[in-house]
Amino acid sequence: MDILTFLVDGLLIGFVYGIAAMGLTLIWGVMNVINLSHGPIIALGMFGIYFAATSLGVNPYVGVILVSFAGLLLGMLIYAIAIHRVINAPHLSTLLATFAVNMIIIGLGTTAFTTSAYNVDFSLGNISVGPVNTPTTRVIAALASVLVTGALYFFLYRTTLGKYVRAVTDNRAAAELMGIPSARILALSFGLGTMLAAIAGGLIATFFPFTILSGGAYELKSFVVGVMGGVGNPLGALIGGLILGTFEGVIPAFMPTSWVPVLEFILFVVILLVRPTGLLGAKK
Amino acid sequence: MSLKNLKNPGLWLTLVVVFILGVIPIINNKASAREETLTVLLSVILVSSLNILLGYTGYISFGHIVFYGMGGYVGLFLISVYGWSLWTAMAAGGLASGLLAFLLGSAILRLRGSYFALATIGINEAMRAFISNFEPFGGPTGISLNFQVYNQYGGAAQALWTIYYVVLALALGNILLSYLVKTSKFGLGLQAIREDEEAAEVMGVVTPSSKTWAYVLSAVLPGMVGVLFFFKNGNIEPGPAFRLHLSIELLVMVMLGGYGTIAGPVLGAFGYQRLRGLLLTSDLFKNIQLTVAGVLLLVIILFIPSGAVGWIRHRFPVTRRYLP
Repeated sequence: MDILTFLVDGLLIGFVYGIAAMGLTLIWGVMNVINLSHGPIIALGMFGIYFAATSLGVNPYVGVILVSFAGLLLGMLIYAIAIHRVINAPHLSTLLATFAVNMIIIGLGTTAFTTSAYNVDFSLGNISVGPVNTPTTRVIAALASVLVTGALYFFLYRTTLGKYVRAVTDNRAAAELMGIPSARILALSFGLGTMLAAIAGGLIATFFPFTILSGGAYELKSFVVGVMGGVGNPLGALIGGLILGTFEGVIPAFMPTSWVPVLEFILFVVILLVRPTGLLGAKK
Repeated sequence: MSLKNLKNPGLWLTLVVVFILGVIPIINNKASAREETLTVLLSVILVSSLNILLGYTGYISFGHIVFYGMGGYVGLFLISVYGWSLWTAMAAGGLASGLLAFLLGSAILRLRGSYFALATIGINEAMRAFISNFEPFGGPTGISLNFQVYNQYGGAAQALWTIYYVVLALALGNILLSYLVKTSKFGLGLQAIREDEEAAEVMGVVTPSSKTWAYVLSAVLPGMVGVLFFFKNGNIEPGPAFRLHLSIELLVMVMLGGYGTIAGPVLGAFGYQRLRGLLLTSDLFKNIQLTVAGVLLLVIILFIPSGAVGWIRHRFPVTRRYLP
């Protein structure tokens, strides 16, 4: 394998990291909550398209659309039950509340699906461009991620509801005084964050096998990417995802793969220390 | 830190309760009861030490278990490679964790709120990934002790009892330490930081060094018990040594008992471990024990955020003297 193939593979999966991280930083940016149930929701997205494909017999990409709506509803439900009461409490409360949701989902998921690996039996062959040869599903996942980013921008900057979300992000009290129903907007924003997580999970499941615990690794990557791109900055998250993907693709060419997480997390802590607003600047 | 503080009845009550619970397995001379109580006592140590940083200073760490794992690794390395005795290795493990906390703390304690919490997650993961690649510590397979090593402590069975006595002593010592810290001028400074860091600074608390020393204090005992636990286990691997999930369980125990109090972490550790044991052995809840624990945590966060001890103190002010 030559370095170019690694690079392209890394870059393509970087797009998906991008939207997973976008979901995390959207919630963080809007309501200053770090969603520790992000990983299990990514995993639920994976199982969502698996069951859409096996039980309903639909195409996995139709499955992703179904999963995205389920993710939106689930997120709003989580917000209403677990977050709303503690939204103004100290950080520890929201961190632990979302972690409680994490435990509940993992516990139920382990009972229902065990921790063995699942695989969506789906392939669209490979695409070759010059010396690079990569699975078509990865290319589609990258394109879908760009599409999702575009849709999110359209929603945030071209619709009234999106304007409300931005207003609540900037100043919740002032938005409330302007007649914006802030509780509902917060629920919607949380739902959008989990929707992005579920989509990312669904897209990943089209080319990687997964278990109920798989989401954890992507949650950690989302932290890295989110901090890199700047909290609450969707485009930053996408670019951060591409940087991380490239990083993961290129490093194995120089040193054993097991060093990748070491460098990743050292990079993460260093960015936090040196530029906590992210390389591209936080939205706020 | 005056001696007058030591007259608090609540402190002695907590110490006596822990002592009695710790002594029961010794009197009964039952190994199974000893193992159960050992798990609880280890949690008491980890939780009360975490409480110094989390409860007093208000900094949320998701990486407390790093010090436990670090101590364990340094200790087992010294025992297996250089043939150190368990006790000097235990001291070295505590020292290594303290040093690590000093270095990390000087860097990351500048971060506030969620950013600090995230950095500690990063450190936990970086540490595990690094140790998995670090050949002197055995890389991904870790360090295993030769069974012969237990002979100098009177055989494996006797060694387990000896370790138990030491853990009990450390648990009592840790409760005393966390009380002394809380009532000292240093501890008051920490609590001022928790309430308002800028105001504390204006009032003359040297916040960077106070925070760093709180971090170091919270790291030393986990490092020491890490050596004991993994010595008892006979081996150490990167996964079990730096398990993020364990760090979070510690946070759950602090919240369950009531953060910032002395009795809270003790009660939280006892309560959580007993509950976990019950759920794991019950047929009905065995499979969904994680879900039940999650629901419990959520209920506590949403309805009794100050934990059991905080709630009792608030509800029955007369108990405040007895529940420090």
